[in-house]
Amino acid sequence: MSDIHAYEQPEEAGFGDYVQLLKPRVMSLVVFTALVGLLVAPVSVHPVVMLASILFIALGAGASGALNMWWDADIDAVMRRTAKRPVPSGKVAAGEALGLGMALSGISVVMLGLASNWLAAGLLAFTIFFYAVVYSMWLKRSTPQNIVIGGAAGAFPPMIGWVAATGHISLEAVLMFALIFMWTPPHFWALALFMKEDYSNAGVPMLTVTHGRKSTRKHILVYTILLAPVAVGAAFTGIGGPIYLAAALALNGWFLWGAWRIFNRDEAVAEADSYAVEKSVFRFSLYYLFLHFGAILAEAALRPYGLGGW
Amino acid sequence: MAFRPEHEIHKRRFSRNLGVGLTLGAFILLVFALTVVKVTEEGKMKHNPDGTVVEGQ
Repeated sequence: MSDIHAYEQPEEAGFGDYVQLLKPRVMSLVVFTALVGLLVAPVSVHPVVMLASILFIALGAGASGALNMWWDADIDAVMRRTAKRPVPSGKVAAGEALGLGMALSGISVVMLGLASNWLAAGLLAFTIFFYAVVYSMWLKRSTPQNIVIGGAAGAFPPMIGWVAATGHISLEAVLMFALIFMWTPPHFWALALFMKEDYSNAGVPMLTVTHGRKSTRKHILVYTILLAPVAVGAAFTGIGGPIYLAAALALNGWFLWGAWRIFNRDEAVAEADSYAVEKSVFRFSLYYLFLHFGAILAEAALRPYGLGGW
Repeated sequence: MAFRPEHEIHKRRFSRNLGVGLTLGAFILLVFALTVVKVTEEGKMKHNPDGTVVEGQ
């Protein structure tokens, strides 16, 4: 009897597996926030330049995702949420992820510089470096504040979009950055509360593992309180207006209420209802960010008709 | 002589080749469009004798 299975080839990657290396779900958020940054900037940008800028910002984000998957393949294999990613599942070799990440990093930065300006390209290069080196290689495995500082990488895209249009950094760009930066910790800590086994199995020092779950609940509340004035304060700048102010007041009130409920629960209560509150706050936090940027976009879209802004 | 039936691995390779081909095609189109826009916009700029560049026909 011949064992024909021994001669079968290992699983070979399709095009979709390489697309998965770029973290398309993260890219969609990057595209949206960078597009808002570009569209609300007080200068007109040619549609082709705008399309190219958005594509290369997204490509840069994808490149940093591929570099993250190359570096984190060992812990991705341990975590249930990430075990099916292309590198830990064996579809793509780690070296290929590294090569793709490096090549796309170079292409995206140079092309963004040529399409818009070199300050935007420099910010994109810094973002890729920050996510791949500062967050993935250094902070993620060494400090429970990994999410807090690493959140800066996800906060840069609207600022890059703004700079691609205007050529300089202004208060509005900094506030859009601060909105995502302050939103990231409560968003991920809510996730960490109900994904409890994953991070401890992988040895990632999430706050839930190092400081305990009670402390994480307190941190979520504190960061949500710090986030609210940033989000509401943006209403009184060039990107804000009555629509944004109304949205920010409602969304932050809701988020604060959710954080307060998380803070007031203990593990026994949370276990009893399968972390229903934590899961609902996590889901809400996604809408929170989307609706804030949607309101900023609405203000800019209505401005030509005398409706947006103050 | 009949062709051998296509293995699943050939389908994966085809998807990869098609994906890379389409991506490169889109990239070429984008660079071409970007070049046209940049050259056209540059054409609208007015170059002063002192070396400064201002917008104008």
